[in-house]
Amino acid sequence: MEQQSRQAVPRLDSDFDRLNRDWYIDKAVQVLVFLGGISAIVFIIGIFVFITKEGFGFLVGDFNFREFFFSPNWRPTSENRETFGILALIAGTASVTGLAMLVAIPFSLGAAVFIAEFASGKTREFLKVTVELLAAIPSVVWGFIGLAMMNPLIIKTFNVPVGLNVLNAGIILGLMAAPIMTSIAEDALKAVPDRYREAAEAMGATRWQVIYKVVLPAAKNGLLGAVLLGVGRGFGETMAVLMATGHSINIPTSVFDSVRALTATIAAELGETAAGSSHYQALFTIGIFLFVVTFIINLLADLVVRGVRKG
Amino acid sequence: MVIAPPQGVTTTERPVKLGVAGLRIRYGEQTALEGVTLDVYEHEIFGVIGPANAGKTSFLKAINRMDMFNTDMHVEGQITFNGLDTRKVRNVYGLRRRIGVVFPLPVGLPLSVYDNVALSPRLRGEKNRAELDVIVERCLRRAALWDEVKDRLDTLGSMLSGGQQQRLTIARALSQDPELLMLDEFSIAVDPVTTMRIEDVLKELRQEVTIILVTNLVQQARRLADRTAFFLDGRCVEVGVTEDLFTGEVQDQRTRDYVDGRFG
Amino acid sequence: MFEATQLNRRNETTQKLFRLALGGMTGILILPVILILGTLIWKGAPVISFEFLFTGPTKGMTAGGIFPALLGTILLVLVALLASVPLGVAAAIYLSEYAPNNWFTRAINLAIINLAGVPSIVHALFGVGAFVIFFKFGTSILAASLTLAIMTLPVVIVATRESLQAVPEAFREACWNMGATRWQTIRRVVLPNAVTGILTGVILEVSRTAGETAPIMFTGAAFFLPLLPQSVFDQTMALSLHLFVVSTQVPNMPEQLPYGVALVLISLVLLMNSLSIALRMYLRGKKKW
Repeated sequence: MEQQSRQAVPRLDSDFDRLNRDWYIDKAVQVLVFLGGISAIVFIIGIFVFITKEGFGFLVGDFNFREFFFSPNWRPTSENRETFGILALIAGTASVTGLAMLVAIPFSLGAAVFIAEFASGKTREFLKVTVELLAAIPSVVWGFIGLAMMNPLIIKTFNVPVGLNVLNAGIILGLMAAPIMTSIAEDALKAVPDRYREAAEAMGATRWQVIYKVVLPAAKNGLLGAVLLGVGRGFGETMAVLMATGHSINIPTSVFDSVRALTATIAAELGETAAGSSHYQALFTIGIFLFVVTFIINLLADLVVRGVRKG
Repeated sequence: MVIAPPQGVTTTERPVKLGVAGLRIRYGEQTALEGVTLDVYEHEIFGVIGPANAGKTSFLKAINRMDMFNTDMHVEGQITFNGLDTRKVRNVYGLRRRIGVVFPLPVGLPLSVYDNVALSPRLRGEKNRAELDVIVERCLRRAALWDEVKDRLDTLGSMLSGGQQQRLTIARALSQDPELLMLDEFSIAVDPVTTMRIEDVLKELRQEVTIILVTNLVQQARRLADRTAFFLDGRCVEVGVTEDLFTGEVQDQRTRDYVDGRFG
Repeated sequence: MFEATQLNRRNETTQKLFRLALGGMTGILILPVILILGTLIWKGAPVISFEFLFTGPTKGMTAGGIFPALLGTILLVLVALLASVPLGVAAAIYLSEYAPNNWFTRAINLAIINLAGVPSIVHALFGVGAFVIFFKFGTSILAASLTLAIMTLPVVIVATRESLQAVPEAFREACWNMGATRWQTIRRVVLPNAVTGILTGVILEVSRTAGETAPIMFTGAAFFLPLLPQSVFDQTMALSLHLFVVSTQVPNMPEQLPYGVALVLISLVLLMNSLSIALRMYLRGKKKW
């Protein structure tokens, strides 16, 4: 009853409820930006689909799980019998990445602690900017540095015949990964609330005790995330390891051995293979392996870092 | 849940601008306001008084359909604007354009003072500079801000003082040329003299606009409001002619206690 | 009393040592790179001249300049930007302004992290499989640029999202209260206040794109081309690949020439990064609310 009497009043119009141009534009934009938003997912799936598509023939044909992962013989162009074993390539990637982390983890974490907890004002600003700039140096330039500067330096210093080896690539990769790890680790340290520090200081702890007993434990997930991202970066690096490892298939027994990395193999050989050949498809299969491993590393890093945010 | 309309107030004499029936607002499991049934007539100043956390601001947000941007906020019951159920409105933006709101925290947008006030007309499609000039000056004058900013209309609205930003917010709400103007404790950041000037403007505006005035100052409601609702602890305790709440008969003793300043 | 002082002194010494060690580690991290950059400049600077920048390579690339590579890099970057900036900004607007807090949004964020984390050579394989072969662009600027665009998309998304989220929520609410649609709010208030931040991200992306080598090796960049590209369906030379070629693939290369190429490339990249950092600092100093 009452409802009816309200609607009967003529002076009150409800003209505003028309769907006008602005409304349609708003809806259209909403759809467009949503498409932009899902593009990242589309591309990740697309990457997996397309490299699997190209490598598919090998996966269902010549691919032999045992040979692929456990044979050190990568002889894709052998005339007698092609073998596609990536064990030596994995060893190459692992040795270089391992050495790189040995270099990068202590120094980047040390630098992160210094920048976050000790440096202040201008020094801090300067170090942060420098670290950011170092992170921007392209990998092909690092490769060139390994080739043109580190190589003769290693030959001279250690009196070895070849300077393109695990040591060279490991140091290069370490220097490359360190800035990124430093800035992520520094973020993690900065995310530790100041009240933790103040509480510890109030109890009479010195600066380094505060860091050692309070800040580092509180930031440990973020620091682990930084390390994982560094590992992922080293694992996936291409140009620098292509140019600095010496690019010869080897399971290394010393840091002076030349090795060859998974990524570098693709970069070096894809141009010389015929599309659709077993060799070509095997290279894409290495790509699938790289994709899956880095995906897992990134996922882990994300989960670890997210843990820190929840806590 | 539904409370009968207060006696002595007939609903058929004047057109109902805003009809509220059985309104309940909750945030997650927490109920902020419930059992609100009232009508706001065209061209009246409708006061809403009550202590903090009575649900006054949530009430305004529900009218303005701001729950759309807050997934946590749930509104039940019916609110009609010009007889149209606001829950069933297709173009919420069209609805909001007819409703001007001033919330207690002043927000000067990071645009020039001029652009702040000209924003709403521009959103409507007004491009004529001379026309915009007129609107900007009129709204700034009504909000008692014109004299202070007329020589620096290109200052960023977000860089004005708190009190100025509050009046800028009022000017912006006026620039919408709203049918319903809702003010939520507008005088919090404004000095008493300016408050009085704005109150005078509101009295004038009653000729053109319906006004809902949420205030924590009972005397302000008494000065301005034709009728007033008293909210307490998430419930609408009483709706009546303002003067009755202060001197006449009240349905609930708590209303009188509150307006007399015995709690709140 | 006496004991406490001694303890304090010991602690102070430890702290000083600790600080010194950490500072030293920071130095060890930074100094070699500074030395390396110094060497690059010292050996590369004599090579660089107007002629070096604006003529093509001659004598089997052992002499002459880098103009086709420089131009190619600029083209690759421009086409990549055309694709990734609109897409990245749209994605960031979605994530900052529309996306609900649910598993799907988390999946998008994870995809972005992975897009940035997938090895560049895998991006190259994707470029070959998708753009060169499937979409039949052939090895071309278009295929290479699209590969680069997808690879650097996270840079634009992350920078844009951050600068959008830096705009206070109260501004949006004030606009919505006036009846502005979401898009009107974004266009009139949010975007204008985020545009400089977005620009820093775009510049950063230029720097990343210009330095990448692996993704363009098989998708559109060539070791040597006698002619400049005529359209986006042609191949091109590129500065980054050129550095790889002159330092590994060409016999009898004079020692200095690769240094010149490296210096030009790194100057370009660091210049862009410095610009982005400077813009960010300027922005920080200029508060609008």
